[in-house]
Parts: sequence; C-alpha cells; structure tokens
Amino acid sequence: MNELLMNTVDWSRAQFALTACYHWLFVPLTLGLGLVIGVLETIYYRTRDEKWLATTKFWMTLFGVNFAIGVATGIILEFEFGTNWSNYSWFVGDIFGAPLAIEGILAFFMESTFIAVMFFGWKKVSPAFHLASTWLTALGAAISALWILVANAWMQYPTGVTFNPETMRNEMTSFWQVALSPMAIAKVFHTVTSCWALGGAFVVGVCGWMLLKGRNREHCMRSLKVGAWVGLVGIVLTSISGDTSAVVVAQKQPMKLAAMEGLYKGEQGQAIVAFGILNPAKEVGSDEEPYLFDISIPHGLAFLATHRFNAFVPGIEDIIAGKSQDEQGYSISTISYAQRIEHGKAARNALAQYNAALKNGDSASLQQHRQVIDDNFQYLGYAYLDEPSEAVPNVPLSFYSFHAMVTTGGYLVLFFIVVLLLLYKPKWVPGKEKLAKLGYWLAILTIPLTYLCSMCGWIVAEVGRQPWTIQDLMPNKVAISDLTSGHVQTTFWIFAVVFTALLIADVSIICKQISKKSKTNLDIVETK
Amino acid sequence: MTHEMLQNYWWLIMSVLGALLVFMLFVQGGQAMLASTPRTKRVLLVNSLGRKWELTFTTLVTFGGAFFASFPLFYSTSFGGAYWLWIFILFSFVIQAVAYEYRTKHGNVYGTRFYDTLLHINGVVGPVLLGVAVAGMFFGAEFTVGKENILDVQAATISRWGPLHGLEAIASWKNLLFGFMVYFLARTLASLYFINNIDDDEVQKSQHRMLLVNAVIFVVLFLGTCAVILTSRGVEIDAGGNAMWTEYKYLINYIDLWWALAILLIGVALVLTGIIKSLLKPEFRSGIWLAGIGTILVVMSLFWVLGYNNTAYYPSLLDVQSSLTLANSSSSEFTLRTMSYVSLLVPFVLGYIAWVWYKMDHKKITQAEMDNAGDDEIY
Repeated sequence: MNELLMNTVDWSRAQFALTACYHWLFVPLTLGLGLVIGVLETIYYRTRDEKWLATTKFWMTLFGVNFAIGVATGIILEFEFGTNWSNYSWFVGDIFGAPLAIEGILAFFMESTFIAVMFFGWKKVSPAFHLASTWLTALGAAISALWILVANAWMQYPTGVTFNPETMRNEMTSFWQVALSPMAIAKVFHTVTSCWALGGAFVVGVCGWMLLKGRNREHCMRSLKVGAWVGLVGIVLTSISGDTSAVVVAQKQPMKLAAMEGLYKGEQGQAIVAFGILNPAKEVGSDEEPYLFDISIPHGLAFLATHRFNAFVPGIEDIIAGKSQDEQGYSISTISYAQRIEHGKAARNALAQYNAALKNGDSASLQQHRQVIDDNFQYLGYAYLDEPSEAVPNVPLSFYSFHAMVTTGGYLVLFFIVVLLLLYKPKWVPGKEKLAKLGYWLAILTIPLTYLCSMCGWIVAEVGRQPWTIQDLMPNKVAISDLTSGHVQTTFWIFAVVFTALLIADVSIICKQISKKSKTNLDIVETK
Repeated sequence: MTHEMLQNYWWLIMSVLGALLVFMLFVQGGQAMLASTPRTKRVLLVNSLGRKWELTFTTLVTFGGAFFASFPLFYSTSFGGAYWLWIFILFSFVIQAVAYEYRTKHGNVYGTRFYDTLLHINGVVGPVLLGVAVAGMFFGAEFTVGKENILDVQAATISRWGPLHGLEAIASWKNLLFGFMVYFLARTLASLYFINNIDDDEVQKSQHRMLLVNAVIFVVLFLGTCAVILTSRGVEIDAGGNAMWTEYKYLINYIDLWWALAILLIGVALVLTGIIKSLLKPEFRSGIWLAGIGTILVVMSLFWVLGYNNTAYYPSLLDVQSSLTLANSSSSEFTLRTMSYVSLLVPFVLGYIAWVWYKMDHKKITQAEMDNAGDDEIY
C-alpha cells in the first residue's frame, strides 16, 4: 500500500472522527434534554401551574441553541459517507441506505415539523397540541438515533445479507436481522439511555451553578427532581445495556474486547483490570509485560464477557493464533489470522475469476468460482492485510477510553443517587450548609465528566473495531473515495475551523442564556 | 412488482423529493434577499423563513438519504467524485443551520451581521450549486465506474473522477445556467411566500416589486435552460444494455413520454399563473401555492425525462459505458421492496406537515407579533 493512499485514509478517518466527535457533543444533549422538557411540560399540562411552564421554557431555550448545531454537524456526517467513503457507500448501500432513508422519512421530518410548533406555537395551537409537538420532537430525535445506530451496529456485526459477485456488493436478505441484531439492540439501548444520563447531568449541573449563585431556588428544585430522575434512570439502563453490549462484543468482536482490556494472553477465569497503566513497550508477539501497574478483579472479565466466572477469554495474541471459546466457556482452536488472510485472498482471486468468466460468458466455471467465493467470503477483508498484526486496533486508546467510560459511568450512578437522596431526604445530611457549596461544584464538574464518559464510549466502539470499516469484510483502505490527501486535508481544516468557531458560539450562547435568565424570576412566565 | 418496476417507482419517489426540495428552496431565495431589505423589516422576513428552514434542510437530507438507499452507485459516484461541489453545498447548509438560532442571541460572539451574512451565503450558494449538481445529471460528468476495481489492493476505488473533483462542474456554463435558473426561481418563490405569509404593507409592496424583477429573470433563464436541455445529447441504453450518445435525447423523451410533457406544461402554466396573478392583483396572496405546485410538477417532469425511457440519468463524459442508469445503479430488489413499504408513509408525512403548516400559518406574521414576542419566540 503506497504512502499516498495511506495518507488519504488517515485524513479521511480524521475528518470523519472530527465531524463525529463534534456531532456527538450536541446530539446526546438534544436527546436527553428532549426527555426532560417532555416531562416538565407534561407536569405543566396536568397541573396548569405556570411555574412549571416557566421552567419548561427555560430548558427549551437551551435545547434550541444546542439542537441547531447538532443538525449542522449531522448533515456533514451523512454526506461524508458518499464524499469520503464512496467505495463503502456502494459496498453497503443496499443495507445501510435503508435505515438512513427510514431515518429521513420517519424521524427527521417529525423533528423538523414539530420543533417549529414547540418554539413558536405557544400562542398558535392548543396546550394539548403543543405538548404532543414537544413529545413528537423528542421522539423524532430518538427515532433518528435508532436508525443510525442500527446502521452502525451492522458495520460492527454484518448480518442479514448476502454477497452478490456480479454487483460486487452486499445485498440485504432480511431487514429484521439487520434491524434486530443483538448488536443493534444493545447499541441502541446503551446509546439512547446514556443520552438521558447526560441530559440529567446537564440539568443538575446547571442548577448547581444557579444554586451556587443563590438564584431561583424553587426553579432549581423543580428542575433537579426531573433531571436527577431522568439521569438516574438513564445511567442505570446504560449500565444494564452496557453489560449486554460487553457479552455481544465478546461474541462478535473478541479482538475489540481484548484491546479494551489490554489483554494479550487470556486464560480460564480471566481477571479484569479495574485500574492499570499499560506498558508502552508491549507489542504483539513481544515478551514484555502488558501492564506497568494494575489492580485486577479475579474472574471479572470472564464474567463480564460470558456471565461465567471460569470462562476462557482470548487475548490479542490468542485471537491471532486462532484461539476462541466454546459455548461452555472453554478454550478451543479455530482459524488463525494467517489462515484468514489466505481465505480472504482465495475469495478475492475467485471473485476476479468469476468476473472474467462473466465477461467471457463462461457459465461452466461461474458455479465453481461462486462456490469458492461463498466458502471464503466471510474473510474477504483479510485479503487486503499484509500481516495479522494489521488487524489489531489501537490498544492504549481502546484501553484507557474503556476504563474512563466505566469509571465515570459508575460515578454517575452514585452521583444521581446522592442528588435524589439530598432532594427527598435533606435532613439525612448533617451540616448541609457547609457541604452545599462542595455539592454544587461537584454538580457543575459532573457535566464535563459525563461528556467524557459519553465520548469515551464512542471511541471504544469505533477505535476498537479498527482496521475495519465493516467488520472482517472491508478495511478502511478499501472503503475510501478516489481523492488525494491534499483535498481531504483541506476540507479537514475547513471543518475544524468552522466547527470550532460554531462550538465557541454555542457554548458562549448557552452560558449567557443561563446567566441572563437565572437573574430573572423563573417562577413566572416571561411576557413582553 | 418486478425489480424494474421497483426501480421506476423509486425514481418516481426521488422525483417527488427532488421537486419538494426545489420548492422549499424559497427559504434560500428569501435569505438571498435579506441584505436588500430595510433593517426594520428584516425581522419579519427572517422570522417568516425561520419557521420553515428546517423543512428545507430535512428535505435535502432525506433526498440524499433516499438516493443512498435506492441508487447507491449515484451516491458513491457523485458525492465521492464531485467532492468540492458537494462540500461547498454542505458547507453552505452547515452555516445556515446555526444562523437562525444564533443571530439575535446574547453571547453569539460574532454579531448579528455575521449570521445574516451566513444566511446570505447559503441563500446564493445553496440553490446555484444544487442546480449545478442536478445539471450534471443532464449534461454529464467526468467519471468512470469499474466495479472490479475493488479487487485491486493498490487502487480499490470503484468510481473515479477527473483531477478537479467537481470544480470543473462549477465552471461549466450549461451547469451554471441551470444553477442560476434555480436561484432566481427560489427568489421568485420567496417573494410569493412573503406576500402570502406576512401582513405588512411595506413588505407587500417591496415584495411585489422584487417579484417582478426576479420572475422576469427567472423566465428568461428557464427558457434558455429548456432550450439547452432539449437540444442536448443524452445517453440512450439499447436492448443489449449498451450505452450510446444520442442527439436530442431529452426532446425525444418528451415526445415519447407525452404525459411527462403534459405535466411539464401544466406546471409551467401554474407557475406563470401564480406569478402573473400576484403581480396584477395585489390582494391575491395565494400565488405561492399555484407557483409551488407548478414548480413541483415541472421538476418531477424533468426527473422523468432524465431517468425513464431507456435513458442514463448520469452520463459519463469519460466513458459512456460507465453512465449510470436506473438499472445499473439501484439497490437490490429486496431492498427496494422493503423500502417501498416505508414509502407508503410518505403521504402521511406530507399530510401532517401540511396540517402543521396550516395551524402555524393561518395567523399571518405581523410587526405586532414580533414586537410582543418573547426572546425565545423570535429569531
């Protein structure tokens, strides 16, 4: 592979990562705040207490500012599949396109239609119509997340398809296998509920700041109750679905799991590293120790991956050598990565011969080549690798992101429980005035921690599956467009500047809005 | 339904989405006119458009998504190839998305004028370059397609493009003619929309003046574009699946597909009626609906002669056999059928959009509403 092509791959990856990271700064808050606002407005609708309306409108303002920039970064993501990953677009368009089209028809129109009512319809439609519009906007956002996550899950675990050698692409054979694959279900629940946690943390953090300033205590109490409950429900469901995710990853992407744990050689009843520092000198095949320092929980990874304490969990070197686990959790030998490369090359050669036979009208040999393709297709992507070690993702990034995500996730469970206890049982905390300031600061600092948790989750998911665009079938270097690195570099920097400038404006507006509105009485509805 | 019928059905869906997108470009047309509107009245125009921009944006996203789903080879060839053309289009829509929400908010860092400039850029660049992109489907583009390339480890890309990656499309006079025709159509529709949506004497008068200017330029450009399209060559696909350049292909298609011609003529008549009636009768305010429906019919008709009647809807100027047709660029029969079930929801979606539009717009925008609106209810 020449250096020029690798540069284009790297810059294309960098551009997609940049866009995805910026997009993911805004989307989870939209999903989380959407739920919070829906609950708040429902309480107002049922009680007709204007205080709840004022609180609803406060959070709606912040929702609107955040929503716009989420939309802006979202359109780039969709079209970058075509602009920067054109081979991928053809190779999977038959599968990936369907969820995307459904997303557009069902979700985007719902969001874009009813958000106008949500913001501008207070005096134009009935309260019931308005409430329905708020929930439909939140629902539209959730549905859009559902379909894009289904598409992403398919890239991690391709299922419900068959390869058509005449069109050189995968073609869908079962929509439901695509939409309801275990990877898709785990990913959708894990991601959407984590957004609820982030929305809750944002509400609690903003209220923490207002309480620190001694402003609008009643408004904060109303918001905190809803925000903390949404956050707690969100993070508990995230933890449960995270457990399911780990089992699915262990089954479908064992290399990712091994990278997440920095595990090179596994064993029966594998321990999990609760805290560790990786040895930077460690490489695949070297005799170096994988960790400079680690605190492990015995049998932890075995249980996390299989729900069995004594199961075998293969490490990176085991997987390359072809070790796996059977249904009872015992170590077995399967196909090594060197053999996968051979199978992949067999599939690629058979495809070339099939193509030639098709052009020459040689129907006799078509069937023969087709059989070879079918037998080896699941390893096609390995044909483009020179060595097995190319199939190992970035271990430090996967390892530290995974551990940061789990640690902050655990902290969030405790955080929301404590916030709710303080709200409902304030007398349980002696000397609470002294502790209050500390608590408010903690609430504020929890906002960036929750973003860190959320972002780390995506880094684990996407870095951990490298070098694959589509697991085992298409590596990144085959998925890209016919562009030189100069083109992609230029657009990378354009988007970096534009997104950063917009992020600065977004954060500035949100801070100003919070500051300005917190100085007004948020127990009454603003009239002009 | 057979695979071929499904391909035709999905081209019909694409024509509907494309037509709705062109109609909704009145938002961009309106943005392009903000700079020439007195500051005191600009707030009315911005807020009138601001309640619709999301629909245009969503229609564009859905149009792209539906192309990806139904004709993925077009998606991979055009977007990956005409890189700069699509990047400029996307960039112009990115800056639009935040401009409405941020322009009057405290702490917006760059000031209202900056965000109004962003709206202006989107208002001009969006319609012109979308027009250029669609024009490439009539007049051809510089690409080749070789699906077997994917087996080449060193250069696996299926669709390859000339070195300018879309810049050459922007430099083509035919494409630009089409692009500016779309731009002035968007401005014309915007004037009709403002006349319908805003209750303000000064705005009504200024928009009638703008309508006259924009409509005259649009009609001239439209006639020119039609003349170029109808005298252009196109790619015909013979019974053996071979592609060949054919003179007057789109004119021939209009003769063969008489119903497409009828729809085109009805559409043109509706657009002209909407414009002329609005100009002659200042109290007539429904011109946007006549011209809007007319626009939708005209664009659908253009899509039909582009893709139907054994025509390559994306001719390759470098290798005619690489030209994209409904047959060689579509998704599989299974996928198209699955998506067809989803497409049954389109009338329902259009229905609730129309209903919400009616509920929100039956009270027209007035200066008094702007003066009495809270900070969060006004752009």
